[in-house]
Amino acid sequence: MNKDHPYTPREIMTIMAAREIKNGDIVFSGTGISMLAAMAAKNINAPESVIFFETGAIDSLLEELPFAVSDPRIMYWAAANSQLTDAFTTMQNRITGDKVIAILGAAQIDIHGNLNTTCIGDYFSPDIRFAGSGGGCDVASFVPRCIAFMQHEKRKFVKKLDYLTSPGQLEGEKSRQAAGLRSGGVSVVVTNLGVMRFDKDSGRMYLDKFYPDIAPEKILENTAFNMDISKATQADPPTIKELKILREECDPQRLILD
Amino acid sequence: MENSLNKVMPLKKAIKTFVKTGAHISIGGFTINRNPMAAVYEIIRQKINDLHLYAHSNGMGLDELIGAGCISKLEIAYAGNGKAAPTCICFARAVQNNTILFEDYSNYMMSLRFMAGAMGVPFLPTLSGFGSDILTKWGFSKSMRKEDSKIVNKKLAVVDNPFGDWAGASKVVLVPAINPDVTIIHVQMADAMGTCSIQGLTFSDIEQVKASRHVIVTCEKLVEKAELRQNPDLNQIPFIHVSAVCHVPMGAYPTAVFGHYDYDSQYLRRFALAAKTTDKFKEYQADCIYGVKDHEAFLKIIGQKQIDKITADPRTGYSVNMKRD
Repeated sequence: MNKDHPYTPREIMTIMAAREIKNGDIVFSGTGISMLAAMAAKNINAPESVIFFETGAIDSLLEELPFAVSDPRIMYWAAANSQLTDAFTTMQNRITGDKVIAILGAAQIDIHGNLNTTCIGDYFSPDIRFAGSGGGCDVASFVPRCIAFMQHEKRKFVKKLDYLTSPGQLEGEKSRQAAGLRSGGVSVVVTNLGVMRFDKDSGRMYLDKFYPDIAPEKILENTAFNMDISKATQADPPTIKELKILREECDPQRLILD
Repeated sequence: MENSLNKVMPLKKAIKTFVKTGAHISIGGFTINRNPMAAVYEIIRQKINDLHLYAHSNGMGLDELIGAGCISKLEIAYAGNGKAAPTCICFARAVQNNTILFEDYSNYMMSLRFMAGAMGVPFLPTLSGFGSDILTKWGFSKSMRKEDSKIVNKKLAVVDNPFGDWAGASKVVLVPAINPDVTIIHVQMADAMGTCSIQGLTFSDIEQVKASRHVIVTCEKLVEKAELRQNPDLNQIPFIHVSAVCHVPMGAYPTAVFGHYDYDSQYLRRFALAAKTTDKFKEYQADCIYGVKDHEAFLKIIGQKQIDKITADPRTGYSVNMKRD
């Protein structure tokens, strides 16, 4: 952080994601920066949003930042401590599922917003093996809106995933519905360089916003597929108020921001 | 047996009796919480191997078992150990080096599979996973599925919704039931008959228990029957499912038990560091697993000072302001 950049990449990412969360949303959150975005939304623009975890805790107080979705910190002062089947039922069920917005991360994303959290290289004999789907595939299958958090690098924004863990728009067009999925999947991608969304008809990713001082061409250079940048405009940078709440109320110890 | 009044036995005996070489097992908890670690370490000490492990999201228990070479087949949704190892290290190495056979599912799929097993139905439907590689990439070969009666003939199946487009679905994914030979869980309270009371999130422990032929329960507190019967609403597992009850205080250490103790982030990090190299890992296992006779002796090495640091605060159920890195 310096005078020209009065916020860090992590801070602008967190605020951009927080702005996607509407008042009354049920926010499916992981740990780390995704949880911080959910907390920022609750403290800034969506006070009545509800944070919930795939493990079954809903509306936890979060006096301390949890380091895992099984952290005992999410069990304290929750509305209910239930179980996995309940948590996924809440999302598969349209009555509550349509109110859920999920925040996901991935090792790879493709132009249609499909995610890989499983491996790099051949699935059966991978160069790098990751933890796997967890609830990611379930959430991306069920809920209408998902935010993907990514570092914007060519090796992560790939032409073809090494493994499709969590479905986005699959092959684009109407392939998601044809496969048996409801509409949904990743609807917005927030990176350290900008914000991407998906064309309603083609299901292809396009650049919606670039951050101040980041050229759209630079974003394209860091993307392995050909992405439409013609509609992009500059993002409104985080406001002083947003940053103050994020820094002083959400993560005063900078456990996640640093 | 399942109705006997007293199922209390030493953990050593419970593992020896119910966890046989080649058994299909499942363990409770989730990543860094309520893994039945004392039981895991005892399985390792007894050198029981060729196990087939089922889990949804597991961490420390799974990685110790894989690291010790106890697991030959794995069906799983997620292998991570919190901040110390976002991907379990022994798990990743075993997959990368082709030393275990594995199949990936999602968390909901695995939970439904345990539920199907508990219900006694062959499968349950979900709308999760269409178009994903979870549906297309199968880890177990056709011949294995044919020859081994304990492995289902298909990883999963997609069928048209027999009720037309009822509930807005044209197709469903069917995931097959799991009925482990033995499930091991760690709980806060149990009585001698095996009735259990879990505080905090139950994850999929209840389904795992009810799906299983045998169940070993390790508990923080072994209480009188009357204590649990006064608040039956707080008991999730009735004794009829349970085969053995083992009183093992801190039996989930180094993972957390809500209301009792936090995860030991220092130990998790030590494990993650050691697991990265063969020599260091052998040293670690010699010191912390093979070199101690039981969990009590293991906790003595950890020391009271460290245990005090992770002891839960009664208000929140975790260790407030504990140093975590």
